[in-house]
Amino acid sequence: MYRYDEFDRTLVNERVAQFRRQVERRLAGKMTEDQFKPLRLMNGLYLQLHAYMLRINVPYGCLSTRQLRRLAQIARRYDKGFGHFTTRQNIQFNWISLDEAPDIMAELAEVEMNTMQSSGNCVRNITADHYAGRAQDEIEDPRVWCELLRQHSLLHPEFSYLPRKFKLALTGAPHDRAAVAVHDIGLRMHHDAQDRPGFEVIVGGGQGRTPVIGKTIRPWIEPQHVISYVEAILRIYNLYGRRDNIFKARIKILVNALGIERFTALVEREWEQIRDSGLQVSQAERDRIGACFAPPGYETLDDCSEELAAWSTVEPAFGTWMRSNVAAHKVPGYAIVNLSLKAPGRIPGDLSADKMEWVADLADKFSFGELRVNHRQNLTFVDVRQADLHRLWKLLDPLELATPNIGLASDIIACPGLDYCALANARSIPVARDIGLHFARSDKLQQVGNLTINISGCMNACGHHHVGNIGILGVDKRGREFFQLTLGGSADEHAALGDRLGPGLAQAEVPGAIEHIVDTYLATRQGDETFLQTYRRIGIAPFREAVYGQDNKTRRVA
Amino acid sequence: MALIKNGRETIDPFIRIRPGEPLPDDGALLVPLCVWQNHWERLVCRRTAIGVQLASHEHPEIIGDDVDQLDLIALEFPSFRDGRAYSHARLIRERYGFAGELRAVGDVLVEQLHYMQRVGFDAFEIVGDDPLADYETASQDFTVWYQATGDGRHPASALRRARSRLRDPS
Repeated sequence: MYRYDEFDRTLVNERVAQFRRQVERRLAGKMTEDQFKPLRLMNGLYLQLHAYMLRINVPYGCLSTRQLRRLAQIARRYDKGFGHFTTRQNIQFNWISLDEAPDIMAELAEVEMNTMQSSGNCVRNITADHYAGRAQDEIEDPRVWCELLRQHSLLHPEFSYLPRKFKLALTGAPHDRAAVAVHDIGLRMHHDAQDRPGFEVIVGGGQGRTPVIGKTIRPWIEPQHVISYVEAILRIYNLYGRRDNIFKARIKILVNALGIERFTALVEREWEQIRDSGLQVSQAERDRIGACFAPPGYETLDDCSEELAAWSTVEPAFGTWMRSNVAAHKVPGYAIVNLSLKAPGRIPGDLSADKMEWVADLADKFSFGELRVNHRQNLTFVDVRQADLHRLWKLLDPLELATPNIGLASDIIACPGLDYCALANARSIPVARDIGLHFARSDKLQQVGNLTINISGCMNACGHHHVGNIGILGVDKRGREFFQLTLGGSADEHAALGDRLGPGLAQAEVPGAIEHIVDTYLATRQGDETFLQTYRRIGIAPFREAVYGQDNKTRRVA
Repeated sequence: MALIKNGRETIDPFIRIRPGEPLPDDGALLVPLCVWQNHWERLVCRRTAIGVQLASHEHPEIIGDDVDQLDLIALEFPSFRDGRAYSHARLIRERYGFAGELRAVGDVLVEQLHYMQRVGFDAFEIVGDDPLADYETASQDFTVWYQATGDGRHPASALRRARSRLRDPS
């Protein structure tokens, strides 16, 4: 993990002191809400339906157990005893009072965390592959570059009042687990013709009301130039991005308006002027940060496939969990374990303070005291000895953290929706709960295999519905909530936006419609095709017929 | 409204000229870009100080070659949310090499002074009960920054380098 040095610590403490003063001025009536709003937003503080919400950065998803215990303490002391992990590798607390926010930030600073720029029209939390540094298919650990970009973008004097928010995601592996193509800038590592590792730079991707798959602005760039290239993109965006209409202000709109060729020419011209400036990263700084991400003290172990297979035979539930929740590790004898925050009936991404502490204890015992928050709203232990897997499973199961559904239909991404969010049109959480319980009662979950279902409570798409294999969008029609389904979306290296299936459905009809879609897939799949592969082969028509045709029970409602 | 320049409250010597307004014969003038473009020959012949004000949609590249003839460049923030002038300021200082007064005008909030100072502004038109006190507080908010800009302050990375050299002189 990156550790703050005296400079990082001073900066965060100064920011907390600044915000404390701003809050005091606001509470004393010396600042209007209009003037205060952008200041609190750039410190991650939103005013929601019932209270203030505080969004805390988990930079590129890396969290220590010390930090997780502090989050548990904050959840108890300042909130209602739980937190919510989001698709941007952040954690949110939903019941915060304004006067206590500076104290929370001070407590976070003690464990090297902050809330800076988790909102506002600036560079947001940098996200990354949650298997970074551990994945078998990885070229290089991208976290050195994540951290350099984090520092470079923090309180950047030129880019703190961009036209709109700006999100960056990185992956060091060809298989994209970080959805880089739907970010303002996505960086994907690969080798060039001379076999040198570098980043493909993707720009102008995004979701929201105008979903766009990002376009490649540069097929390959040496890592040492990444900072200056990002700076050039940000400068062109800051200069030319639209400011007259908040819905047309994201960089994707600028890229589409200019066309990728003209946009690229502007960025390249700017970059030529700054590429050899002080923005190049020195080897010493790379080494200093790189040392923070050095592998933990692994033991020399052999893979224990046979032992694990034996356990799976004796306890099939363990085998099921192994297949869905455990991933291969690059070091022999170790494994990556995903903790599902999607137990049937639970709110996706929510975790109680008690469970945070249990998870911290388990990560100390089984995974070198660190864990990851991933963009599918689950947690990940990245360094578990294979020999410990069965024991860990036994301990996770009673905590409802071993639901064997990672990547499966009940591993649902859902935004907080109208239960909390001031922007939402519809309640996402009950829909997620209905679908989760529906699959818990049937035996189809494992049979269906990989299938992502993503739910957003409004077109801002925080629940990533555009890139769910099945996307669900909550809409409000004359005061009633409806849910529009899309099919065929994907957030991986073959990213695609979903196609609209048909008219919106009432909440009660959604699980039935999902059932019809899944049955259609099961009836038509060839060999070991995934849902997405079948969809891409047969198209939307059979699914539309299954949901809206004469012969089924799903009523056409809007 | 107060003008604070290099940390002091100052009387503004510049007379603001609106588009179409006749140019007085004497005195320092602050003119909008269109006046500069239409009357620059007349303006540079005067012996008095001259300044140009750019709106946030006016790219400073237009006056990039003229900066040696100017004493003041004023950049307008039509709303504190419009951040274009931050980029404009850096280009004016770092790319076009302007060394005169760079002034922030318009919706200039004290909370943004730190960023403005870092991108090269040295003068600010601020509204408030005690603008100088606000200015001084805001100027002291931060002592550490990650970015190198044209203001010459050392970013954290440079201080880290210096520190490690001190510890390990080899």
